[in-house]
Amino acid sequence: MSMDRRRFLEVAGLSALVVAGKRGFDALTDGGRAEGATERRPAARWAMVIDLRKCVNDRGCTDCIAACDRAHNVPHFDERAHEVKWIWREPFEKAFADHGSPYTEDAFKSKSLPVLCNHCDNPPCVRVCPVKATWKRDDGIVMMDYHRCIGCRYCMAACPYGARSFNWLDPRPRVKELNPDFPTRTKGVVEMCNFCEERLAKGRAPACVEACGEQALVFGNLHDPGSEVRRLLRTRHAIRRKPELGTGPNVYYLV
Amino acid sequence: MVALEKALVGNRRYWTWIGALLVVIALGVLSYLRQLQFGLGITGLSRDVTWGLYIAQFTFLVGVAASAVVVVLPYYLHNYRAFGKITILGEFLAISAVTMCLLFIFVDMGQPGRVLNVLLYPTPDSIMFWDMVVLSGYLLLNAVIGGITLGAERKDVPPPRWILPVIILSIPWAVSIHTVTAFLYSGLPGRHLWLTALLAPRFLASAFASGPALLILLTMVVRRLARFDPGQEAIQKLSLIVTYTMIINVFFVLMEVFTVFYSQIPEPMSHFQFLFVGLDGHAPLVPWMWASMALAVISLVLLITPRYRANERLLAVACVMVFASLWIDKGMGLIVGGFVPSPLGHVTPYVPTLPEVSITLAIWAVGVLMLTVLYKMALAVREELA
Amino acid sequence: MSDRGLIVGGLVLFLALVTLPLWFNVAAGTTSKLPELTLPEGKDPFGTAEYMRASHMDLLMTWRDEVVRNQERTVVGLDGKTYAKSLTGTCLACHVNRATFCDRCHDYAAVKPTCWECHLEPRPVQRAAQ
Repeated sequence: MSMDRRRFLEVAGLSALVVAGKRGFDALTDGGRAEGATERRPAARWAMVIDLRKCVNDRGCTDCIAACDRAHNVPHFDERAHEVKWIWREPFEKAFADHGSPYTEDAFKSKSLPVLCNHCDNPPCVRVCPVKATWKRDDGIVMMDYHRCIGCRYCMAACPYGARSFNWLDPRPRVKELNPDFPTRTKGVVEMCNFCEERLAKGRAPACVEACGEQALVFGNLHDPGSEVRRLLRTRHAIRRKPELGTGPNVYYLV
Repeated sequence: MVALEKALVGNRRYWTWIGALLVVIALGVLSYLRQLQFGLGITGLSRDVTWGLYIAQFTFLVGVAASAVVVVLPYYLHNYRAFGKITILGEFLAISAVTMCLLFIFVDMGQPGRVLNVLLYPTPDSIMFWDMVVLSGYLLLNAVIGGITLGAERKDVPPPRWILPVIILSIPWAVSIHTVTAFLYSGLPGRHLWLTALLAPRFLASAFASGPALLILLTMVVRRLARFDPGQEAIQKLSLIVTYTMIINVFFVLMEVFTVFYSQIPEPMSHFQFLFVGLDGHAPLVPWMWASMALAVISLVLLITPRYRANERLLAVACVMVFASLWIDKGMGLIVGGFVPSPLGHVTPYVPTLPEVSITLAIWAVGVLMLTVLYKMALAVREELA
Repeated sequence: MSDRGLIVGGLVLFLALVTLPLWFNVAAGTTSKLPELTLPEGKDPFGTAEYMRASHMDLLMTWRDEVVRNQERTVVGLDGKTYAKSLTGTCLACHVNRATFCDRCHDYAAVKPTCWECHLEPRPVQRAAQ
């Protein structure tokens, strides 16, 4: 035999290193960008504006939440630890802990409001994901690929809004009414609001927006100066959650 | 593997020890199978506290692994002969510790079947990707170095010349594994306990205290069990290293405390409040954190006083204290403390569950088993030559 | 060599154990019986039966990545018509019975695809409409 075992192991090891090195090099140069992000024109920059004057969430309305849960097969766990949430209600002082003086907050003391993924311009969750299971589309939507997620939960540590949920257990038995038009998730992956990208693809508004009887939720394209979201942001005072972190959140709250 | 057969002969006590470790491992494997089937909901983790006991052990053990450099550097760079006998012990400790690190990451994954995605879709933006690179590289480096040097020792010849640059490379590499591990945490915008440039230096200081402390204890154990004497000088020099690094570590912690509390910025303060006095009526880590502090202070008294440090019995006590103090502080304290309160200000207590503890113990047992076998090999080769 | 009997005996025992599943299947007569699948009328617009049998998983994975990651949601079939790249929406519109098509063959081949851990079979009403 011309190749003894030791020699074979050396060659095999070296080859593996070369292949790994090539992959790493590709990723460092441009291979990493080729996938996921496509060369599409950034036609839109989706954003949501939530009018807190109109929103009656603090009076117990959960229409937006219920619509989202139905549309996306969001499971309901009784124990807080295993909760999965895409859009949910949060007291004003939790969502905007660092906002205003003690006196301006008087007006909002009992106020609760809907919170969801902010689909940040500069999302920390995307930055930390080791497998590109979460990434930002050209139109600004932060996507999740449930097929690829390894369940390391680094994105959950990185998100400063607590917008991400992990499937600690099999979610399917905990979905109230299964909607066959949208998949459930499997245990061991992270999930969060997708700005209803599956509905946008069909030209429909997000489920929460459509469900809001008060029309407190407005969805639109920030790149279009004539859009309703731009009109609202032009005429009303809007605040965002933790803009000082440099994440560039795209959910605006009109106060 | 060099001299693996040496690990297959041993007295009754050796086999009882191996058997006991295997039992702990078997129990952990059973718990892990349950976790695989049931999901990570079997642990005490939650939507707010997403990392816990597993990642705490991982973080702490990266430090133990990195500490091999503390014996390798003086011996190879400064030709410090007293460490000649224990460098191999340091390198083998590194191998076992890195293996435990990798196992702890693995059991923490929600989709372990997809672990190769990290290689299929390499993502240089992610610090976790780099952590994987440096950790597996470090494991490889130490396995090669340990294997080659022990093999040469066995044949009573000097190791091949090419191994020296590899050993030199392992020195900055050891620093890198703990720096990158600190970067995992210190670059996240919403986590105020971790968002500090001091995290990596703190990690290194605590690593170079806890690792050598463990190495001192291990050499003491080995000296009793085998015909092996690392030498008084080696142990005393190591204890000096532990003393200085522990002082630096406590100094860093105090600097952190000053900045956080003098600035009075609420969010960073809230994490320390949760850890040391409790927040919103939840104080699960308070006794642990004060224990860690107390152990640090007492160990420093023992270490700094030359008379106590020279007394090997007291030195052993001090080393146990250093190890335990840092295991709490850099493990559960750092990881769980970083998650509570959550970015929304919610306080969610976290207590590990029984299966979680069982899996954790099993991984420690794997590490100890590896260490036992590796040390057995190294010492058997030495005895053969003697 | 005095160990000869032991070695040969051990090898025979090893071979017997390794090939046990084969003998088991021969005895049960399951190998010769191919699964009976419920097949739809007409031609598959995405490839021949041979191609599909061998590569449907690759096709589905490609579709999956294109839809999820690149927003390329439609595909033109061999018949020139445009289809949505969708397992539940397009494939199952004709292969109406998952149990007697997908599952039966997967069971036979002893593979466990994870598709159905998340994806749901379409409602019967929807099917009728399509």
